[in-house]
Amino acid sequence: MNLSLLILLPIITAMAILFSNGLKQIRVIGLLGSIAQLGLASWLLKLYLNERAIGNTATYLFESNYPWFSALHINYHIGIDGISLAMILLTSLIVVAGILVSWTMDKLSKEYFFLLVLLSMGAYGFFISLDLFTLFFFLEVAVIPKFLLIGIWGSGNKQNSAMKLALMLMAGSALVFVGLMGIYYNTHTFDIVQITQIGISAGVQQFFFPFAFIGFGIFAALFPFHTWVPDGHASAPTAASMFLAGISMKLGGYGCLRIASLMPDAAHHYAWIIILLATIAIIYGAFATMMQTDLKYINAYSSISHCGFVILGIGMMNKTSINGAVIQMVSHGLMTALFFAAIGMIYSRTHTRMIAQLGGLLKAMPFISTVFVIAGLCSLGLPGFSGFVAEMTVFMGSWQNPNGVYRLATIISGASIVVTAVYILRATGKTIMGPISNEHALLGDATWNEKFAAALLITGIVIIGIAPFLLNALIGPGTDNIMLQVGKAITLK
Amino acid sequence: MMINNFFLLLRQELVITAIIFILLFIKLGKDKSNESLLHIINVLLFINLLIGFFPMMEGGLFNSMFATNKLVVLEKNILNFAFWIISLQSYSWLKTHKHVIEFYILLLSSLLGMFFLLSSDHLLMFYVGLEMSTIPLAAAANFDLTKRQSSEAALKLIISSAFSSSLLLLGISFLYGTTGTLILSDIGSHLSYNPLQIFAFILFISGFAFKISAVPFHLWTADVYEGAPIAVTAFLSVLSKSAVLFAFISILYKAFASLSSMWYLVLIVLSMATIVIGNLFALRQENMKRFLAFSSIAQVGFILIGISGSSHQGSSSLIYFILIYVFSNLAAFGVLSLVSALTGKESIQDFKGFYKNNPTLSWVLTIALFSLAGVPPTAGFFGKLFLLMAGAAKGNYWIIAIAALNMVISFYYYLRVVKAIFMDENDQPIEKLSIPIYPKIAMFICIAGIILTGFLTVVYDYINSLSISL
Repeated sequence: MNLSLLILLPIITAMAILFSNGLKQIRVIGLLGSIAQLGLASWLLKLYLNERAIGNTATYLFESNYPWFSALHINYHIGIDGISLAMILLTSLIVVAGILVSWTMDKLSKEYFFLLVLLSMGAYGFFISLDLFTLFFFLEVAVIPKFLLIGIWGSGNKQNSAMKLALMLMAGSALVFVGLMGIYYNTHTFDIVQITQIGISAGVQQFFFPFAFIGFGIFAALFPFHTWVPDGHASAPTAASMFLAGISMKLGGYGCLRIASLMPDAAHHYAWIIILLATIAIIYGAFATMMQTDLKYINAYSSISHCGFVILGIGMMNKTSINGAVIQMVSHGLMTALFFAAIGMIYSRTHTRMIAQLGGLLKAMPFISTVFVIAGLCSLGLPGFSGFVAEMTVFMGSWQNPNGVYRLATIISGASIVVTAVYILRATGKTIMGPISNEHALLGDATWNEKFAAALLITGIVIIGIAPFLLNALIGPGTDNIMLQVGKAITLK
Repeated sequence: MMINNFFLLLRQELVITAIIFILLFIKLGKDKSNESLLHIINVLLFINLLIGFFPMMEGGLFNSMFATNKLVVLEKNILNFAFWIISLQSYSWLKTHKHVIEFYILLLSSLLGMFFLLSSDHLLMFYVGLEMSTIPLAAAANFDLTKRQSSEAALKLIISSAFSSSLLLLGISFLYGTTGTLILSDIGSHLSYNPLQIFAFILFISGFAFKISAVPFHLWTADVYEGAPIAVTAFLSVLSKSAVLFAFISILYKAFASLSSMWYLVLIVLSMATIVIGNLFALRQENMKRFLAFSSIAQVGFILIGISGSSHQGSSSLIYFILIYVFSNLAAFGVLSLVSALTGKESIQDFKGFYKNNPTLSWVLTIALFSLAGVPPTAGFFGKLFLLMAGAAKGNYWIIAIAALNMVISFYYYLRVVKAIFMDENDQPIEKLSIPIYPKIAMFICIAGIILTGFLTVVYDYINSLSISL
């Protein structure tokens, strides 16, 4: 299959949206387009599994390579491994859910759906790129829609949040760019496959790794560059929050992973800093969440904590921990998207997100409350949901690292789960249980589109939670390949 | 044969001269309405643009004072194109203006000067071309005859350009004194690190820095840009700057090649100062023209970084960037000139809530600003990154890091305008403006250029195949 279809389909959808009129037409086109994306992603999964089943052990499947700026050795080189496929599936699920929860968006609906689709195009392009320039191109393509989505359709202090988010993410990509320049002028190519073959000398790696890793880290809410996360998520409209947490932050995590596998020496060299920052993010994020009174801020700060696990897994650099990091990315994407969807549903009915003003919602809107609880339980790592599997895998991987300090970091991060339980149970308890105010008692429950969106995300969460081996088998070859690079680097030393 | 050569090699210059004569005759004849006049002129300029695309021979004239080759023709075509776009865009403003023909004669003479500047292979021809391209602009800058600011702009322009020309002339005389030749392609072999030659070079580069308004020689820019009519501002910031930069790079890479380690340092210092200062000033501008002026100063800083890489890649990324800069900057100026001609509003505050009544114009302006900021998928992204890539070729990654972070600062002020257009509330937003056909064509071409140039790799490949290297 030609992977360019994944980019082409959103472009066609976006064009169709441009030439249609009225919310009804636009949202149907958006939904059809996103369902087609989901279908394409599932079809890709099937093809991928077939290829693996018949024993195709190539690192990247469905590769195609076209020259773009041949004078500068820039190619449009695409291909996927299990990790990128997992991300593509995640993206397509969230896009469908995001379009469904925006079903009644009547303010400038054409622009709104256009930008959502454009954002998904950037994400797909990013995940299938095997050329660092193409990767960088798509990384930046995904920034501007976020700025406009938050600034135009957001709530609260939306303009400042939008500006903060855009500037911090652009700063991140500026750093990534410097890192890429270093790689380019030392290997004379942007091609990930070729770079792995050529290899980068240890000195060069140590100089440029911080640039690229911190750059992508900003996207993944790496402490202390996480400050765009709470404001951005809280101000964004529901679908944009879902896309931000579910897709955009994954761009960062995925980028960090790729950089670490391209420059394994430096990743080892700086591992202690990465692990330190990740541990701080996990603990700080958890405690900061405890103090929040706004549901969206709760989810945003807990995202910082959860994304810390991704960074922690990457920093530990062994097969189990990297597997864990990838599973955590998928799990966190689905879970936060579900959480934001539930918060959006509550907010659109009660017009408040303050815990103090909510209560007893279970009586008025049982479906939404259940969704809310499921998202919460997944977030605190209840077995049976994806959160448990992901965090457990990261911890097991981290513990394999015999270094005492790293084990201490693992223990501290593990302790954060208790804090998570406190804030999640408190938030859900106060919102769902207790007496309900009179004005909230008459509010209606979820509509069909909201039910469908939630069901889609919950299915993903539960499948990973009950049968983690499926996801593990999918991403296994990808992590094996990364470990191969890491192993080479260690033996060279 | 001689005559044939003369007509073939000077083709583009001759066409422009012919247009100037036609305009003079029209002026002498009986009065025509502005509208029919503008139709004629726009068609003539379009023909002028087309003629440039016919295959061209290479060669020299007048004892090789004048030389032309494919690269020069390409550069002239870019300038012709930009001029045509500016002419289309000023339609609304010129429709009611009393002195349309004079306006075109002045700008066309300036364009003619630029052509000679680009084709010069001799320092005298170079100087004559440069002067011819700046002096008519001073008169054109004063074209809003009733505005005081406009005359101020003209005076500032003429004084600062006279000053920079005198620096250049002094540099040229020292060069002549120490090398004994004025032919550009010969100077290189006579250069050593002789102190007087270095001094001459410094004078030379200061003169250039004035013309392209690199910091610290930028002080005239903002006032002139603000005071001049928008069409002239667009001409100054796009055509003049591009022409001088084209000439600059060919002189640097051809004549001063042997001093490269010396001008490398100078360029780095100039570019860093230009980017940082340009950005810092652009942050706080309230007038759209001033804002674009300072942002274009910062753009020059990026260009200087690209040149400092002193490679084949440097010169091709410069030409590529300028082509994209023409598209993006002119799209932005197109919207401004329309809004200013119909409502007289020029400040960022006035653009608050602009999207409400003018969605098309808003998107044009937004896409143009994104391209100037260097955001994909617009072509500005490729242009800027290729400049930085060319600059990084010498391994000065810290410089590239500073420049890349400065792109973030520039991002802030571009987004500020986007924010005003889309997000800010305004009780009295600008009403719905009807766009006449000529500006519409111009904007359409610019936007198509912004979106497509990055993906039509033919463009870059063609430029790359022509570019010069050290």
